[in-house]
Amino acid sequence: MPEWTLGKVTNKYPDVPYEEKERLFLETKADPRYPGYIYGCYECGICVSACPSARFYDYSPRVIAQAMAREDVERFYEIMVEDICNCAQCFSCVRCPRQNNPGGLVTIIREMAVRNGVQEARDVLQGYTRVIYKVMLKGNQVSPDMLQPDFFPDWGPWVAGFKGNMKAWRQAIPVDTLRGVTDAAWRTDDETLRELYTIWFETGNIDIIQEVDEGLYDLLVDVMEEELEEWE
Amino acid sequence: MSAPTIIPIVDNIMQKKSRSVRRDPQNAPTHDIREELFELEARGELIVQRVPEPYVEVQTKYGRTKKIPIGKTWHHKSCGQCGHIPGYTASIFWLHRQFGIDHIDPTDQTSCTGWNYYASGTSNPVAQLAVMSRNFAAAHQTGYYPLIHCGTSFGHYKECREEIVHHADYRAEVRRVLAKLGKPLVVPEEIVHYSEWVHVMRDRIAERQVVDFSDITATVHTACHYHKIVVEDAIYDPDIFGGQRTATVTATMQALGAEVPDYSTWFDCCGFGFRHVLVQRDFTRSFAVQRKIQVMKEEVDPDLVVTHDTGCVTTLDKSQFAAKAHDFKVGIPVLSDAQVAALAMGAHPFRVLQLHWHTSDWRPLMEKLGIDWEKYWDEFQEDLAAIRSGEKTLTWEDADAVVLGV
Repeated sequence: MPEWTLGKVTNKYPDVPYEEKERLFLETKADPRYPGYIYGCYECGICVSACPSARFYDYSPRVIAQAMAREDVERFYEIMVEDICNCAQCFSCVRCPRQNNPGGLVTIIREMAVRNGVQEARDVLQGYTRVIYKVMLKGNQVSPDMLQPDFFPDWGPWVAGFKGNMKAWRQAIPVDTLRGVTDAAWRTDDETLRELYTIWFETGNIDIIQEVDEGLYDLLVDVMEEELEEWE
Repeated sequence: MSAPTIIPIVDNIMQKKSRSVRRDPQNAPTHDIREELFELEARGELIVQRVPEPYVEVQTKYGRTKKIPIGKTWHHKSCGQCGHIPGYTASIFWLHRQFGIDHIDPTDQTSCTGWNYYASGTSNPVAQLAVMSRNFAAAHQTGYYPLIHCGTSFGHYKECREEIVHHADYRAEVRRVLAKLGKPLVVPEEIVHYSEWVHVMRDRIAERQVVDFSDITATVHTACHYHKIVVEDAIYDPDIFGGQRTATVTATMQALGAEVPDYSTWFDCCGFGFRHVLVQRDFTRSFAVQRKIQVMKEEVDPDLVVTHDTGCVTTLDKSQFAAKAHDFKVGIPVLSDAQVAALAMGAHPFRVLQLHWHTSDWRPLMEKLGIDWEKYWDEFQEDLAAIRSGEKTLTWEDADAVVLGV
């Protein structure tokens, strides 16, 4: 018989020491935003009824609010490795009558998982690293040259048309900052990008990337340091 | 045994949402963040950029007043709009050019990078605040006021403003980073979304309307990050859905003469999901189709879905192809309010609206509006031929003209 506490199986991840789980929980709780995101839970379920992820996954913002409010370290760790990737970050859950913000809690827990190199967080982001490359170097999340049929097969045959006509179609945009640009969303000044790189270094953001993907980190640092050296 | 009672869920939702709500700013459940900003400015902690005149005052959720600038705006573009649906951006600028409104389309701008933060967690609050503040400092330097094109950026910046105001440690750290860039910490008096500008311009847009929308039924999807993050800072009007739903977009469509019926999943997210839309679209497609497009189709069968954010246009538009293969009730074109406003004022469907980047079928809408889209497509093909032969690139000289209804 499994050991039960408040309806949850305890120690689902026995290979991870309790002290490590507690350390991650306390780091999450220490985030300056945390006190404004959790005030206790009525169990009313309004957050669940509004949550898109709850309709499609075994996922519940109420469970997250509950586990965090009662400081259930084991359940917190389960949430960190199993649940947070399912959240759509739409913040529909802020309808909470207690002013809880389960989506905000997920934001913090995700950041903690990535910053601490939790393997499940690294796994979830494996197919996503080319987006990180783009946003770190270009300051844009997406760009026209990402419209590839292999990447968006479910968007239909038009994606092949986007790719095939890309050069001419991008020249056929009247907006000066967009016209002809395919590797970024718009034309950005070199100095602006160097300022962005400075932000990534100064705030420790680049170190977070190292936890996700060492190879990507090396590549980004090489490019950004070269740019910044030229600037100086 | 009596027959079980069937609860008419949709009717219940609609009935509850038909009740009119009026809110008193004196009893608002939150502090006015702008007062706290001015206090911080008085203490020398940051600069508050004032909304330039002329501006229009609107009511937000708790009855407070928000200033929406008309001109002298610095356009904080959206990477999703510019990258994948460029007619969205082009339409915003086209409207400004039509009204002769002074504005800047900057190259000294990055995206907010909030999409990545919500998708992956591969950043931290200070980095996010610094990216925002760098952009705001760049706008302040020009003397023009930031107008945020993206719903994600709008919501993200509202939340960043809360963090800047409420956490002295964050402020100190952001100031340190900005000092390395030689920039001050600037926060605008109001965070303004472009659709709020369209909202306050809607009567002027309607005055110059050349395409009749009176036979059009449009459903509105309001972006989550517009009205769910920092919920109080979104426009509400007791005359629009009883003040229970944001007035933005709906009021614009009504001003253009379209019918805008309510539907039971109005509050639902589009399914974008940030990471999901890029690498886990089974969720995105399912939600967009089953909770939004199909519900709209079954309940009101609209000619058009209108929304006001990068992610929502992309998700609702692009998710319909795969659903069609599974015989879901789909097939509604999806446009932004800016594109609809430009179309109503006679903009070229391809040079300005750039409909060729959309995948749900917009042709039936064009035909219902009486627009000979093939004629304009042929014109655009001539543009492309000239571009491919190196004779020209398309500029505002080609795109400024009102071509519909003339």
